[in-house]
Amino acid sequence: MMGTLRRNKLLTFALVLVALQVVLALGAAWIAPYDPMAQSVARRLRGPSELHWLGTDQLGRDVLARILHGYRTSLIACTLAVAIALFAGGTLGLVAAYYRGWLDRVIMRSMDVLFAFPVMLLAIGIIAVLGPHTWSASVAIAVVYTPIFARLLRGPALVICESEYVTGARAIGASDRRIILSHVLPNLASVVLVQTSLLLSAAILVEASLSFLGLGTQPPTPSLGLMLSEGRNFLLLSPWSALFAGFAILFLSFGFNLLGDALRDTLDPRLRGQP
Amino acid sequence: MKRLLLTRLADLLVVLFGVSVIVFLMIRLIPGDAVAIMLGANTEVTPERVAEMRARLGLDRPLVEQYLVWVGAALRGDLGTSIWTGRPVAAEILTHLWPTLELTLLSLALGAGLAVPVGCLMAQTRGGGADVAMRVGAIAGLTIPSFWLGIVLILTVAQLAPGFASLGYVPFNEDPVGNLQRMLLPSIALALPILANLSRLVRSAMLDALGQDYIRTARAKGAGEGLVVYKHALRNALIPFITSVGIMTGYLLGGAIVVEQVFAIPGLGRLILGAIAERNYPLIQATILVVTIGFVLVNFLVDLLYGFIDPRVRTS
Repeated sequence: MMGTLRRNKLLTFALVLVALQVVLALGAAWIAPYDPMAQSVARRLRGPSELHWLGTDQLGRDVLARILHGYRTSLIACTLAVAIALFAGGTLGLVAAYYRGWLDRVIMRSMDVLFAFPVMLLAIGIIAVLGPHTWSASVAIAVVYTPIFARLLRGPALVICESEYVTGARAIGASDRRIILSHVLPNLASVVLVQTSLLLSAAILVEASLSFLGLGTQPPTPSLGLMLSEGRNFLLLSPWSALFAGFAILFLSFGFNLLGDALRDTLDPRLRGQP
Repeated sequence: MKRLLLTRLADLLVVLFGVSVIVFLMIRLIPGDAVAIMLGANTEVTPERVAEMRARLGLDRPLVEQYLVWVGAALRGDLGTSIWTGRPVAAEILTHLWPTLELTLLSLALGAGLAVPVGCLMAQTRGGGADVAMRVGAIAGLTIPSFWLGIVLILTVAQLAPGFASLGYVPFNEDPVGNLQRMLLPSIALALPILANLSRLVRSAMLDALGQDYIRTARAKGAGEGLVVYKHALRNALIPFITSVGIMTGYLLGGAIVVEQVFAIPGLGRLILGAIAERNYPLIQATILVVTIGFVLVNFLVDLLYGFIDPRVRTS
C-alpha cells in the first residue's frame, strides 16, 4: 500500500514537472517578459537582476525569454521526431511481427543496420546530407529512433499475434489491418507510452547536442543547445546564459525520464523495481 | 560454440554490408548536385570544375560500379584523399582518432569501474527513502547534458585552481602528466551518465542474483556475507553489465564528439565538424564508416564474450 502511494507520488511529481514545462514552452510568447530577439547593447552579459531574472546574454537579450522560447523549439522538434519514429518504427515492427517470414527478416535486418550506427554519428551524417536546421535535427532523431521502436514493438507483438484472441479474430474473418490496429496495437499501449517518454528525454539531449555543435537550430532562433555554445565564449565574463540554459535542458530531459520511469512502474507491475 | 560463432559472423557481415551501403549512398542522397555544393564551399562553380571533380570522385560511373570500387578501395585501407588538402583521408582520421579514443576509454573505465561498487552499495542499502533518492539521483545523472557538465567543471576549476590546465590536448607520449590532467575533466563529464546507467543496472542485477537459490545454498553452507555478495552474486550480476558496456561505447563515441568541442580537444569531433563546414563529403563518409565499423566490431566481440561467460547462451 505504502509502495503504491509512493510510486504514484513519483508519477504525480513527474507529471507536474513535465506539464509545467510544456505549458511554459507553449505559452512562451505570452509568458516571456521580453522579446527573445530584442538586443540591447547597454545591457550585455548582465547577471540576474529584478529587470532580467536570469540575466542577459552577449547581445543583451533576456535569458529567461530565450530559455522559454528555447523550450518551445526543443519540445516541438523532439516531439515531432519521436512521433515520426514511433509511427515508422511501430508500423515496421507490427508488420514484421504479424506477417513473419521474409518480410520480417528484411525489415528487422534493415533495422539492425540502422541500429549499428552510434546515435550521434548517424545523426551528424544525416544532417551533413540535409544541411544544418532544426528540422534536419528532427529528421535525424526520427531516423535514429525508428529501429528502437521497431525492435521494442516486434517482441511483444509476436506474442500477441500467437494469442487465442488474434486467432479468434482471424477465424471470424477480420482483416489484417483490423487485427493489427484493434487487437494487437491496444495491448502494446503501455510499452509505447513508457518508451515514448524515455526516448523524448533522450531526444532532448541529442537535439541540444546537435544545436550545441551548430548542426541543429541556427541563430538567431532561440535554442537551448545554441545558448550553451554561445554562452561558452563568455563564460568567465558572465556564465549566466550557459548555466541556465544547461539547467533548462536538464530539467526538461529529467522530467520526461522520470515520467517514463514512474509510468513503467505504474503500468507494468512485473517490471517494478527494475532499472 | 562453433555454431554460435558462425551465425554471429553471418549477422556481422550483413550489418557491415548494410552500413557500407548507407554510408556510400549518403553523398548520393544530398538534395541537389553534391559536387556543385562541395565546390561552392571553396571556389567558384564552373561546369568544367564540376565535371572534373565528378570524374575524380567517380560519380560519373554507374552506381553499382561506384560502390564496388569504393568498397574495394576501403577494404585495402584506401579511404580516398581529402578533396581540399589532398592528404589521404585514412591518415587524417588516424591523427584525429587517438584523442577521441583515449577520451572514450578513460570515460568507460571511470564510469564502468565505479558503477560496480556503487551498484553493489545501492543493492545492499535498498528500501525506503534511500531507494527513491538513488533512483532520482540516477535519472538526474542520466539526463545531465555532458557538454554542460563539462562547462560547469571548467568554470569551477577555473575558480578553485586557476593554474590547472583543463583545455586542449597534448599526446600521452610527449607529456603523460599533462595529457592525463587535460583528460580528467572531460572524462568525468562523459563518465557520469555511464555511471548512472550502469550502476542502476548492477543494482537490479545484484538484487536479482541475491534472490536466487544458489545464494541461499551458499549462505546455508556457511559462506560469509562478503563472499556471498562479491563472489556468488556479483559474478552472475556482471553478465548483463558486460553487454551494456558494449552498447555504451557507441554512446561514448558520440558523446566524446560533443564534449571534445567543450574542451578544445582535436579529435574526431573537430575533424567531422570541420568536414561538414567545408562540405568535404568523402571525409565525412570515411569518418562515419570507420567509427561505425569499430563500434560494430566491439559489440560483436562483447557478444562473443557473453557466449563465452554464460554457458546458457552457448548451448541455446
